This record gives sequence, structure tokens and C-alpha cells, in this order.
Amino acid sequence: MEKELKILKYTDLPKLIERFRSQGYPVLAPIRKDKVVEIELVESLENVALDALLSTQSAKKAAFPKVEKVLDFTFGKADVKQTAVNPEECKETILFGVRPCDASGFKSLDAIFGETPKDELYLKKKEKTTIISFSCPIADEYCFCTSVGGGPGNTAGSDLQFTGISKEEILVEILTEKGAKLATMFTDLLIDAKSDIDKSKFLADVKVVFDVNSVVEKTTASFNNTALWLEQSLRCIGCGACAFVCPTCACFDFQDEQNTKKGVRLRLWDSCGFSLFTLHTSGHNPREVQSQRWRQRIMHKFAYMPEQLHVVGCEGCGRCSRACPVDMNIKEHLTEIGSQIVLIA
Amino acid sequence: MSDLIKKVTQLLSDKTIDVFIGYEKGSADRIRATFTRTPEQAGKLIFDASCTQNLAGFLLKHEVKKLGKLGILANVSALRSIMQLASEFQIKDGEVLALFPNADNSFTEFTDFHSIEAYLETTDVGIKSEEQEMITRLEAMTVLERWAFWNKEFEKCIKCYACRAACPMCYCHRCTTDVNQPQWIPVASHELGNLDYHLMRAMHLAGRCVNCGECANACPMDIPLNLLTYQLIKPIHDTFGATAGMKADAVYALSTYKPDDKENFII
Repeated sequence: MEKELKILKYTDLPKLIERFRSQGYPVLAPIRKDKVVEIELVESLENVALDALLSTQSAKKAAFPKVEKVLDFTFGKADVKQTAVNPEECKETILFGVRPCDASGFKSLDAIFGETPKDELYLKKKEKTTIISFSCPIADEYCFCTSVGGGPGNTAGSDLQFTGISKEEILVEILTEKGAKLATMFTDLLIDAKSDIDKSKFLADVKVVFDVNSVVEKTTASFNNTALWLEQSLRCIGCGACAFVCPTCACFDFQDEQNTKKGVRLRLWDSCGFSLFTLHTSGHNPREVQSQRWRQRIMHKFAYMPEQLHVVGCEGCGRCSRACPVDMNIKEHLTEIGSQIVLIA
Repeated sequence: MSDLIKKVTQLLSDKTIDVFIGYEKGSADRIRATFTRTPEQAGKLIFDASCTQNLAGFLLKHEVKKLGKLGILANVSALRSIMQLASEFQIKDGEVLALFPNADNSFTEFTDFHSIEAYLETTDVGIKSEEQEMITRLEAMTVLERWAFWNKEFEKCIKCYACRAACPMCYCHRCTTDVNQPQWIPVASHELGNLDYHLMRAMHLAGRCVNCGECANACPMDIPLNLLTYQLIKPIHDTFGATAGMKADAVYALSTYKPDDKENFII
């Protein structure tokens, strides 16, 4: 659909959230909890932190939570009765006040979970989620969205996007049918916007630091460059902080929790940074050392995903770097990879 | 040129060490660990008040060990980590050269365990006053209040295991959490899984924690995990007279027995 532009008053934002909630929609938004900001269910407007640069974790948990039940089972005398979770049972949800990199992060997840066999649990939840992103008036030194095709006002993946254009007014871009449907709930709060509003004036300045095509090409050619991966990852301690805060990391594990009568099967986040991730039953580990796991992380996002799914698996949000206990900085590492002179034999 | 750079340049030039684990400038206002292997690389080394990370965990990282004889910039926490790791047979005497930063910007060189022990004997190894305050607050709580406090903190946990990865004492080749036959700890990051994991980790660090605080610093969710293991320091000391990371030949209080051990904790 052609996008529509409207104006909303800042002072009407609480009214908006309340209206969604009173209509029975769960609203997920950035919530301040002590020192961290998390995307969680809004229970009161008090701690909603729309001014935060970014939440620590990404918005992926709206459709891909850290723990998710996939089926129940009960042991009979001679058989096991299984009841899979019905994807249709998930509720229409509103993801409110997330950043453009969160919204566009779902492109990667859609591509991964949309591959055959399709992951209905994810796809249904995603389909029933309406995303209202807030463009970024501020950025920090970890942000590099513009280097991977995004931007502080990128509308990809959003159903509606809000941009503050003055202290009182918000520019509302209605981008999709889903967004238009949701907007009918607050038509009375909107007035028409002039079509010549230059949104870019109100966005953070995020400099392009590398050419993504070059990074993809060089990453693809660097598989055997063990010195590069070792040098970059010497200080990596092999935790999963980067993967768990990442908007596009989609690896998961299945675990059964059961007693003698019944149990549940759970899907849990997993990370290629863990040594356990690739450990075989035999004791052999094909990714024996951390540099190989680091290589996997970068190659998956910048070589395998572009090749197989036609998306780069990174939104440039910089969450991994902010969360890293040992200051691995992906923007720096990608810049280094992109600037290599690769000799192709 | 700083004394540190001079010293490390010399140690690398005369091949006393092959690699020096120190600090360099990191992203924004952060610092990061760096692995200096040539005199030319030594120029990047820095040391200032922000360089508090305990680097001792890297001494056991496979790919770092492979680089050769190790030197390390070791603060009090790192020296104590070395002692504790030595007592657990993870580091041999003479294997690591430690440079300790003195208050006057000079550096003391420790090449053997005995000199580290002698230094630590005269050093305050207590926990910081603000952390002590938190522990006093926790101890003043009723059991139920403390239970509520930790449950609220563990709710934030995403089980990224950054605490375990950052801890110099969490070096087990196969952590109890990762064992699946039997599955001691639920893998899921749900209420029980988070609680079990953190309690198991705290128990495994009882009397071994050298209060460096790396677990809490590493946590992306800002959980004050250090308080869990710090709280166990005093009971272990009061019951068995043991303090972790002070002696290379110390016997771990919880894996040994003395005829005169107090038995007042046995119900």
C-alpha cells in the first residue's frame, strides 16, 4: 500500500497505549527495570522508556521467546500421547516503541523460520504482531545500521513508524495494511500531515563505516584465514551474550522436561559461541576452539545468510558489542574484514 | 614511554615471555584485554584506574596458552586467582610471570608463587565497602525477603553464561550445567532453571571465589551475581579458617577434613 502520513500529539501517547490495552491487546514496549531496559508486557505506563537508545535485548522475543513450549506429552501404558501447541492460539500483539533495527531484524528471522519446513509457531506469532517502531533521534558509537542497509528512520519491517518532529508532535507513517488497521483505533487522535515533511532532519546521524558488499565478499573468502579469526577472538570468552541480545540470531535447542507421567518439550535459545553447541556424543567437537566459533558467528551472518537467504544477518544495532563482557566490537571487526586484501587463489 | 611499555618490551625482546596479557583502549570509554606478542605491539598497552578487569581467566584459555610463556598484568584479584588456580593444580610454579601495578606507577615482577604469597599476606583482600554494604543489607533481610530479592534478580537472567565464562574459577571442562546424563540443572532459562543454575554455581564457588566481581561485570542483565559468592566467603572463613587465593598449596576447605573441624553446622 502507499504510505500515509499523519500527525499525533506526544501527549496522546499514553492514551494510545491505554486504548490498545483496553481493547485487550497485549502491548510489548521498552520498560525500564533498574539499570536495564527490557522489551516487556506493559503493565503500567510508569516505566515505559520510549527515550531509551535501545533495550538490552532485542524485540525478537515477541515471536521467538527464550523459552517456548512446543508440545505436551503424557505417557500411556503402551504409547505416548502428544499435544502440540496450536500456533493459532497466540494473541494479536502490539510491539510498541521499538527501534527500526528491531523491526527490520524480523526480516532475517522471517527468512530463517520461513524456510521449508516452515516454523508455524514463529510465523503465526509474527503474523499476529503489529510493529510500531520509533525512529532514532540519537545513536551511539556502537550503532552502524547505515552500514548494513538500515538507518535511523528505516521503515522496513515496521507497520507504523513514529518520528518526533517537534516537542509536541509526532509524524506517523502508516506503512502496511496491518498498520492501517491498527491506526483505525486512534483515527480521532490523528490529523493529516503535510506531505513535504523532511523526516531525515529529525534523525540521528549514523555514519557509514564499511561497504557491506565488500564485507560479504571478503567474509566469504576468509573461511581459511585462521589467523584473522584467531586474532579477532583471542579475548572472546565464549559466552552467549552476543547471540541472546541479537535481533537476528535464531539458533535454538530442544529440551524435554518430564516426570514419570508427563512432560513438556521446550524450545530454548542457543548460541554458536558455546563449545557445547557443536559437541558430538562421541566427544569430538568440530568447532574445537573459540576462534572457529567466532568465525561461524560472522560467516553465518555475512556469508551463509546472504548466500542462502538473500539477507545479511545483521541490523547494525550494536547490541552484541554493548553486551559483550570483553568488549568484542563487531563494527570494528567487520570494518577490519572489509578492508582486508583477500587473495583469491 | 610508560614504565609498563618499557618493561613489557624488554620481557618480549629478551624472550622471558612470549605473550603479555594486558589492557588496551577499547570501545567508547571501555578498556579491553590485549595479547602483546612483539615489542612493537607493546605501545598499545595502557594502565589506569579503569583497568580493573581480572585478566587471570585468560591464563587457562586454550588458544592463549598455545602462544607460549605467559606474562600478565595482575591486580590483586588476578594474583589471588593465580594462587587459587595453583592450589587447584591448574597453573604450575614459574609458568606465569605477573606484573603487579603499584600505587606509584611502578610494577613489581612476580615470577614464582612464593613471592606472590608473601605479597598477598600484607595486602587487604577484603571486599569493597559498597559491596559489603549490599551484603549487610542482604544479611539483615528475612529468609523470605532474601528469597524474593534473588528471585526478582534471576527473573532477568537469560542464561547466556557470561558470568561463568568471565569467572577465572569456572574452568571446568564440562560444567555441571552442561551435563545431561543425568540432567542436574534444567537447561531452560525459566524460573527453576535460572535458580538452579545460579545456586549450583554459587555452591561450586563457595570458598573458591576471590571476589574479583567479574561475574557481575560480565552480566548483560546487570544481576549482582558477585553478592551470591561473596556472601559465602565469611562463613567459609569463620568455619574453616580458609580464605581463597592466598596460598598456592592451600587445601580446599570443602574437599578436606581435619579432626578438629567444627561440627556445629551438622544437624
